[in-house]
Amino acid sequence: MTTMVEHIACTFCGCVCDDIVVEVEGSRIAGVRGACVVGRGVLDEYDPEVRRPVVAGREVDWEQAVGAAAAILNEADSPLIYGLSSTAIEAQRKAVKLADRLGAIIDTTSSVCHGPTGLAMQAVGEATCTLGEVRDRADLIVFWGCNPAASHPRHFGRFSLTPAGALTPNGRADRTVVVVDVRPTGSSKQADHFLQVNAGADFEVLTALRYLARGEDVEAAAIGGIPVSQLRDLVRTMKACRYGVVFMGMGLTMSRGRHLNVGELFSLVAELNTYTRFSVIPMRGHGNVAGADQVLTWSSGYPFAVSFARGYPQFGPGEFSAVDVLARGEADAALIVASDPVAHLPRAAAEHLEHIPTILLDPTPSLTASIAQVVFPTASYGLDAAGTAYRMDNVPIPLHRLFASGRPTDEEILDRIIEAVT
Amino acid sequence: MMLGVLGGRVYDPQNGGDGEIRDIWAKDGRVVSPEEVDPDRAEIIDAAGLVVMPGGVDIHSHLVGAKVNAGRKLRPEDHRGAERARTGVFRSGSGRTVPTTHLTGYLYAEMGYTTVMEAATAPLVARHTHEELADVPILDKGAFITMGNNHFLMKCIRDGRREAARDYVAWLLGVSKGYAIKIVNPGGVENWKWGRNVGELDDEVLGFGVTPRQILETVAWINDELGLPHAPHIHGINLGRSSSARTTIEAMETLAGRRTHLCHLQFLSYGKGKGRVHSSEAAAVAEAVNANPEVTVDVGQVVFGPATTMTSDGPLQYSLHRATGSKWVNDDVEGETGGGIVPILYKRSNPINAVMWLTGMELFLLIDDPWRVFLTTDHPNAGCFTSYPHVIKLLMDRAYRLEVLESIHNRARKGALLHELDREYSLREIAIISRAGPARALGLRNKGHLGVGADADIAVYQEMDDKAEMFARPRYVFKAGELVARDGMVVADPPGRTFYVAPPYDPGIEKDIRKHFEQAYTVSFENYSLASDQVAHGEAVACR
Ligand SMILES: [Zn+2]
Repeated sequence: MTTMVEHIACTFCGCVCDDIVVEVEGSRIAGVRGACVVGRGVLDEYDPEVRRPVVAGREVDWEQAVGAAAAILNEADSPLIYGLSSTAIEAQRKAVKLADRLGAIIDTTSSVCHGPTGLAMQAVGEATCTLGEVRDRADLIVFWGCNPAASHPRHFGRFSLTPAGALTPNGRADRTVVVVDVRPTGSSKQADHFLQVNAGADFEVLTALRYLARGEDVEAAAIGGIPVSQLRDLVRTMKACRYGVVFMGMGLTMSRGRHLNVGELFSLVAELNTYTRFSVIPMRGHGNVAGADQVLTWSSGYPFAVSFARGYPQFGPGEFSAVDVLARGEADAALIVASDPVAHLPRAAAEHLEHIPTILLDPTPSLTASIAQVVFPTASYGLDAAGTAYRMDNVPIPLHRLFASGRPTDEEILDRIIEAVT
Repeated sequence: MMLGVLGGRVYDPQNGGDGEIRDIWAKDGRVVSPEEVDPDRAEIIDAAGLVVMPGGVDIHSHLVGAKVNAGRKLRPEDHRGAERARTGVFRSGSGRTVPTTHLTGYLYAEMGYTTVMEAATAPLVARHTHEELADVPILDKGAFITMGNNHFLMKCIRDGRREAARDYVAWLLGVSKGYAIKIVNPGGVENWKWGRNVGELDDEVLGFGVTPRQILETVAWINDELGLPHAPHIHGINLGRSSSARTTIEAMETLAGRRTHLCHLQFLSYGKGKGRVHSSEAAAVAEAVNANPEVTVDVGQVVFGPATTMTSDGPLQYSLHRATGSKWVNDDVEGETGGGIVPILYKRSNPINAVMWLTGMELFLLIDDPWRVFLTTDHPNAGCFTSYPHVIKLLMDRAYRLEVLESIHNRARKGALLHELDREYSLREIAIISRAGPARALGLRNKGHLGVGADADIAVYQEMDDKAEMFARPRYVFKAGELVARDGMVVADPPGRTFYVAPPYDPGIEKDIRKHFEQAYTVSFENYSLASDQVAHGEAVACR
């Protein structure tokens, strides 16, 4: 017998679309409606088989695995807790509690995607809005260094390009869409204007836009590969719109200038509020990376790269970010939650993980699982576990449990580890 | 668990106490009569020579949620050097003006406070608020739900559907697990989404054709209809502007005869001064408060030093950003509200800040009935809640007050009414403005007093000449009969409860709300509501 479960949220990307219909047959997913290609893939590939935890390559029971994890953490002088962006708030809270208890360093995948965005926010602030304001009000949308057509497939349809909103009843026709990127993309094809910026020149272009917006002149024919006449037009469009929104991505955060690029953009957006209303939304990738920022901030005061080694929270991007701590060989044990750093981190960092005892909590098999000393095949939030994820605009979305699988949640395992460490 | 706090001088204004020697007995978290306790099995505290009060009740504080957390994230400089290390079971934390969640619970408890209300939550992100509340130990708490710029509500008002508006508000409080109606700059936040604001109670809300006055009248009526335990909690129009005293008094006239709570009134009691420096109109505003017996207020006293301003009042925060040049966060929330954050440093040498300080002091001293004026700093807007002991000293100690008055900017000091105000608060009056009064205004019957049946939330102080020192470090603090802080340090961190209301409504309204959702929201109707088990230690408080 199959049941249709409606209003299910997909945690593949930061859109956290919560209008998906899933056909459930026992503890199996028989069909998915409304999801994008990627989200559907994630749901379709869900494997309901309950696997046992693994310690040093051997299957053991849960109690033994918890004991082995606790022994590793007790032994360590400088443990690292990392990942967290694809698990739920409930587990993130426990991970921070464990880090605090251990005097560990804790970092999330934020530090390798929108970490610089956080630094820019700390420097200049951030004028932002929820995605519903984008849909209902924005008549000018700028995508800067991001390509939602590939990374956030339903973004255009739900929020930013085609949907009809209160003040945008004609959908696409009521919006001017601009893409700024170093190369043409699937997103730029759908834009009204595409401005191709030279790689590494975003900062100069943004500075020029700030100058032009203030009514000052820029004495050059082109900045960063973009004719100044085009920048003038863009500024004119920005000032004349009713409500403008910039979506920005890793094209800004991970290119030359990093947080300075983002700070320049955030300053431009703030200044445009002198003329009209303007907001910016970081295009967050992982389904609950925004939530990881939130939990770490409310528990420690800082959004990522936090060390509890001195007994109290210290913030240190570059110092306490996972890539750096691992590449310098400073961590002597690692606990990874819902992430695959061996596949995604730079080589030096990934290699160090193979040399230290690593504990992994993750529903899906991964490269990290293949090197980890202890692996907990946990439940998937939004499938066989309930929880909360925060959308890229920080709106919390409940994740429902579609069926009972018998797999423990990240939260339960972390709780047991907290009990077991000394 | 049984407890006896014996022989202390008890300040329990609700039950007439003014420092009489009295024994307080507690059992299973409640105050009980002596016969119910076996003294041999009870924990006995010798309170002889000590001052005993109910646990403090904060009626307005921004302690958790989307805005507060954005404030924490925005301000690493606020946390550096203001850390607390983990000790035993107690979590570490940081934050001078915007402390982390666990630290917030500890700091309040260490000051003798046991009940705190989160002052503004957009319903769309209420889930976030409750998740943070679950990480605030010890305190009992609740969340006020912002509605003053809510699209569905404004449409109901526009269409003359008062009953539909009432049913919607009941539904909204229920699904967001809120405790009270919060209004922030009614209509002005919606207009800010067009780059505008409102300046008069009869200005138009763009796109809705309603006015701030209509919004205020409607929610005050709804509040009475639903019999909510607290009054509508109102941050009016023109906050921070020289027209604020005038429109504050107008709002009181409009709402005369209805229960109303006006929050952080200090920020809304200014008149036109010279140049950019406003004048204090505390006298006129206090007179209006004195004349309107249904009105309660909290002051939002400015404390010199660092603060973090954060309100749902988007246009106000933008103008603060422009005026100070400080970094600025804005967040427009679909269909509901907005908000902003700007760090600030209040200086004695700044005439604008000095007038703000004066205005708060004058309100405290000119509002006659202590049962209607409550101690707040609108944390962290005018100062951190950890400054309450300092504010108490200003109220109780005229000499100290004059000393501070002498130190503020000339332009504010000269001719200030405050010079002439001799009033000094008594301990009983302090117990009223920080405990009994706010508990009564919130409709929390078991809070703010020590009569039989009350929650055994008890703060025990060593009387000292320096009232700031006295109130900063209580000898003992009990929460529900359990010792949670001793000599100003937390010793236990039991979880606190979350109070919410669930007023009944005509379920027919849900059809309309559902339709509204499809057009106005980007989250599903089904995913908007919080179930009662999603609130940590939730407790529904009955409406009338
Ligand atoms: Zn407030």
